[in-house]
Amino acid sequence: MEILFYIMIIYMLIAAIIAVETRDLLSSVICLGAIGVGVSLMFLFLKAPDIAITQIVVEVLGLIVLIRATISRDLTFISGDREFFGVVVSVVIVLIIFIAGIEVFRSMPDFGNAVFAEVPNSASNTYIREGVKDTGAANLVASVILDYRGYDTLGEATVLFTSILGAIVILRRKSRKQLEEIDK
Amino acid sequence: MKGMTIIVKTVSSWVKVLIFLFGICIILTGHLTPGGGFAGGVILASSYVLLMLAFGREFAEENLPLAAASRLDCAGAIMFAAIAVLGFVWGGSFFFNYLYQIYLPGKALNLVSAGTIPLSNIAIGIKVGASLFLIIVMLSGFCQDYRCKVDFTKTKGEE
Repeated sequence: MEILFYIMIIYMLIAAIIAVETRDLLSSVICLGAIGVGVSLMFLFLKAPDIAITQIVVEVLGLIVLIRATISRDLTFISGDREFFGVVVSVVIVLIIFIAGIEVFRSMPDFGNAVFAEVPNSASNTYIREGVKDTGAANLVASVILDYRGYDTLGEATVLFTSILGAIVILRRKSRKQLEEIDK
Repeated sequence: MKGMTIIVKTVSSWVKVLIFLFGICIILTGHLTPGGGFAGGVILASSYVLLMLAFGREFAEENLPLAAASRLDCAGAIMFAAIAVLGFVWGGSFFFNYLYQIYLPGKALNLVSAGTIPLSNIAIGIKVGASLFLIIVMLSGFCQDYRCKVDFTKTKGEE
């Protein structure tokens, strides 16, 4: 199983590098879709089908929007060289984040080793033990996101509502003044 | 003739129903199987996006007008908030699962179970589907207007 994860990670890394480096915008978007499929498969192998469904569906919808946005533009080829200063700064920043990441991952538990499952009265153990009795939902994820942690879902709904409100205000074709004139 | 070829139109007019039903199924059985309100809502929106890609934006807007979509969006949001506030009224705390604890216990693994969780799933599904449909229609309309306003060929010809 571990070797499968390594293959998936290498596949996603190659797709990500191509998505950044290619000069054709449409190929870049398609490589982004390949990364999304890889992430979804990883979630499926890690036994999280809820997240896998959401990931693949959102990826498809986002890909449609991106392709529709890029395919009709004339300027699909990016040209121009990189500046020396910018390259040096980004390499230094990536190196610092890499070293910090190594330190962080050293202190984390091993991959696939659920630390909280060993503590007797931790939150995750309580959810697994009492979830069906407390909420009556067979799907434990639904009982967590809509009952135990309902506030999180409310916040997510609020964020979605506000962002779509902003997008509609920015993207609408007629301004408020024009609409008022039409009404008159 | 707006939209794509007749093959795409015929296939998508059959497939859109199946996608829509699949979305409804994912939403309604969100408390039993993987899925739930968010994923089901995105699937509902994608059935309308298929309609938009195959038949053109105007056809999709006739099927679900933008005003109706924004009303559905607001209705889903207010429904979810109302379920939470009703828990305050009947149970004494926000997000209290009053249906399961007091009125309708149901039996685990049945469709009618888990109290307010399926209702919240339906509310979130309506909200997410309507809002994602809205944002994609707005984005595609924005592309068209952008091209109309900044017509590169015309300005070059005039120069």
